Amino acid sequence: MKYQSQKIAYAYFGVALALFAVQILGGLLAGVVYVMPNTLSELVPFNIIRMLHTNSLIVWLLLGFFGAAYFLIPEESEREIHSPKIAYLQLIILVVGTLGVVVTYLFNLFEGNWLLGKEGREFLEQPKWVKMGIVVAALLFLYNVTMTVLKGKKTAITNILLLGLWALALLFLFAFYNPSNLALDKMYWWYVIHLWVEGVWELIMASILAYLMLKLTGVDREIVEKWLYVIVAAALFSGILGTGHHYYWIGAPGYWQWIGSIFSTLEIVPFFAMMSFAFVMVWKGRRDHPNKAALLWSLGCSVLAFFGAGVWGFLHTLHGVNYYSHGTQITAAHGHLAFYGAYVCLNLAMITYAMPILKQRDPYNQVLNMASFWLMSGGMVFMTFTLTFAGTVQTHMQRVIGDYYMDVQDSIAIFYWMRLGAGVVVFLGVALFLYSVFMPRREMVRPGPIERHRLEDDPDHIPAE
Amino acid sequence: MSEAASELSVLDELPGDLMMWVLIISELLVFGAGLTAFLAVRVTDPVGFAEAQNLLNRTAAGINTIVLVTSGFLAALALPLREAGQNARARLALIAASLLGVLFLVIKGAEFADKAAHGINWESHAFFTFYYLLTGFHAAHVVFGVLILWLVAWRDAPRNIEVGAAFWHMVDLVWVLLFPVIYLLQ
Repeated sequence: MKYQSQKIAYAYFGVALALFAVQILGGLLAGVVYVMPNTLSELVPFNIIRMLHTNSLIVWLLLGFFGAAYFLIPEESEREIHSPKIAYLQLIILVVGTLGVVVTYLFNLFEGNWLLGKEGREFLEQPKWVKMGIVVAALLFLYNVTMTVLKGKKTAITNILLLGLWALALLFLFAFYNPSNLALDKMYWWYVIHLWVEGVWELIMASILAYLMLKLTGVDREIVEKWLYVIVAAALFSGILGTGHHYYWIGAPGYWQWIGSIFSTLEIVPFFAMMSFAFVMVWKGRRDHPNKAALLWSLGCSVLAFFGAGVWGFLHTLHGVNYYSHGTQITAAHGHLAFYGAYVCLNLAMITYAMPILKQRDPYNQVLNMASFWLMSGGMVFMTFTLTFAGTVQTHMQRVIGDYYMDVQDSIAIFYWMRLGAGVVVFLGVALFLYSVFMPRREMVRPGPIERHRLEDDPDHIPAE
Repeated sequence: MSEAASELSVLDELPGDLMMWVLIISELLVFGAGLTAFLAVRVTDPVGFAEAQNLLNRTAAGINTIVLVTSGFLAALALPLREAGQNARARLALIAASLLGVLFLVIKGAEFADKAAHGINWESHAFFTFYYLLTGFHAAHVVFGVLILWLVAWRDAPRNIEVGAAFWHMVDLVWVLLFPVIYLLQ
């Protein structure tokens, strides 16, 4: 660790991972409710479990992004973070807000209260005081990192990262605007929901991935930056008007069906570019970085993002297809693999890269971490397949034949059981990941003869910094 | 690194800026997809599409084609002029190109106004949904292109002119593709 203030990231990653555990437990519980619908129905209704599952996902990803920014900006700008105190204050505000959200959801406190009650708008359910806290925290964060970058060296990676983080904060302001007209409500709602994950978050993803590639493969910065600009251009070009794929059936004008279909089809391009980028960099790179686990997560991120966000997104983005598949388990399949591939893996890649440095125990046990990658990713991919089959059958029975919703749900129960099994595997993967990141102190696996020979004699092998 | 260096030089040989070419390819993909969708929907209702098309003003669109191609020629002329050191003439060519772009917009605007006066809008028929989407989207690019031409006439480094002219030729090319498919194809 070159800069002391990078240590801030440790606190952020710690809280992020704790929430990650909450999210997975919530998901597991929701998976149980799908097959045993009366589970906890009085105590914690399904809609509350789902809110916890999705909200904790978003918050831990954001905390991961903040942590990543605090970790990489000092190295890129070549100076300490402007004010570590502000950074910790920001974290405290976010933790208090998160606890407030959990308590408010679970006990449904202050129902209907303008300031304190939950708002009941999917994904943006947070009470208003929490939303305000998020804005304050975001302002503190932006002030802190922007001051750091302004005073230090400016690189393409920090520029794109800041652009993404600023836009993220500004777009969140639409969470405060809630028109009573339902069509308008949905229209603005997507300004947050869509323009985050299919717009500005992609900028954050591309810049973090670029940073990891720079460190892990040792490819020239100039080449990384060229890729970065192309990826970002493709993401914004397709993603902004791609919002149209949410406007097909909400009462917006019909031309959105064509705008949405055409532009959101192109949304696959930046994800394909990110995948190509990661593999070309590894192929060209000459640096033999010891943190193979971080490399595995980075490559896995780009591949699963391409399939989850790109391919599974395209699967139901054309309005002729979406007319039938809208709101079925197809959407759930896409949502799971897209979030996991693009943003969960990205954060875990960054955490896997940064943790050994932050804990000063480089190298550490990579084998367990890599095993957790295969467990988690295998479970997630299987879950995606089961939900895709469930969604296909559901679409046919419910939308083509016209069977009743609940009858159809009974017919596809077998898929929900398999999904629960996949969820258990993901849970085991998460537990293993947390163990491998926090617990072991030293590298436990010695290189075998072939690897040892390669490390000693391979002319291409350059030890990491 | 030698492989990477040689590959990069291919990209570096592109006239103007790599990012402009990324934009141009993206635009061509979008308009290409739009035209393909137009042709696909047309198959479902050839008679309706032909009737709707007869309401368009082919003469105005034909004149607009000549206007835009001439404008493209002037923009292309600016680069060799600038490279020969004739900066004032290069600027003149760019301004003239941009004014023809404005003329295109005036004629196009008259066409849109005429449709509106006859009560035709994007909901009148599937043909007009595509007509407004494709030519409207194209017109927005003409507006943007005119601004870019002004920008590079002001900041007239040869590389800037090259980048600006590349964008303008894309706008040009897209119209040359839209015109026959939307206005003429029977």
